[in-house]
Amino acid sequence: MIAGLDAVVSDPRVWAAIVVIGAFTYGIRLSFIHLFGRIDAVPPRVKRPLRYVPPAVLAALVLPDLVTVRPSVAATLLDERLLAGVVAGAVAWRTENVFATIGAGMGALWLLRFVLLA
Amino acid sequence: MTRTDGDVLHEDLAAGVRDVTPLMLGIVPFALVAGIAAVDAGLTLAEAVGLSVIVFAGASQLAAIDLLGSNAPLAVVIGTAVVINLRMMMYSASIAPYFADYARRTRAGLAYLLTDQAYALSIAEYERNEDRSRWRYYLGAAASLWIVWQIGTVVGVVVGAGVPDAWGLTFAVPLVFLALLVPAMKDRPTTAAGIVGGAVAVVAAGLPLNLGLLVGALFGIAAGMATEVTAT
Repeated sequence: MIAGLDAVVSDPRVWAAIVVIGAFTYGIRLSFIHLFGRIDAVPPRVKRPLRYVPPAVLAALVLPDLVTVRPSVAATLLDERLLAGVVAGAVAWRTENVFATIGAGMGALWLLRFVLLA
Repeated sequence: MTRTDGDVLHEDLAAGVRDVTPLMLGIVPFALVAGIAAVDAGLTLAEAVGLSVIVFAGASQLAAIDLLGSNAPLAVVIGTAVVINLRMMMYSASIAPYFADYARRTRAGLAYLLTDQAYALSIAEYERNEDRSRWRYYLGAAASLWIVWQIGTVVGVVVGAGVPDAWGLTFAVPLVFLALLVPAMKDRPTTAAGIVGGAVAVVAAGLPLNLGLLVGALFGIAAGMATEVTAT
């Protein structure tokens, strides 16, 4: 019963994170929309690094979920998540479609987990 | 406001709604995953919806959920999410001239709805069609995204709670990012940023405080800038 109650009660950490991230994110969205008129253009020093935020962040989000470094090369490569990720990556590259990428990746994961590597 | 204004509103707003519709194919699974991942990490429905309404930025929501689920320090959760959302500063800068004539309050409202998709669609439309009411077109696209995002989150929470763990539904999270990553690596510097960012994050996965993502991202950004310098 206590565990059940625990799951329903909100964690104050979660709300703190939501509110602070929300405030920063709104500040980022509003930044130049608000400032425009006072400054003419985005300073190049700000603009240059921002161009690389999407690929760097997305890759840093994806790869650790697909690759776990293990003692042997074979164990590292023969991971169901990595293999499914390679399939999904190929589909993403060919189709640039989120739906197709998720479908291919989940299908490959289930095939490996429940059929091939079971 | 006259009746004809009402008609114009309808037409430009509708154009935004119409143009954003095909993009929903990518938004719907993304929103579902945001809901599924939230339940999986132990968030309540109220917290999942709060995240989607207050933050309203998918990639940062998923990263925050992941870090909260693994008990990362609050500063790391916030720092990581904010770095992910920094890209929207580019959109803010790029779309700002088109909103410059609007009242401060209008601009404050439009800014809240700024997303990758609303930005990309609106900028393309503004350059193509100068007669469009900018805020109406933008609102049509951006508000549609907002509504679908909230509904998708709720459905994801409800669905996610009923699916066995063995199905590994949270694996859809890296798959969503993968689908966004591939087109983001469009030239040599952006590809270098992705490869270095990902590789460093894998190696740094064992770092304390779950700092791996942040460190990987910063190395990736530096690699992109370094490659740009050597290429020119």
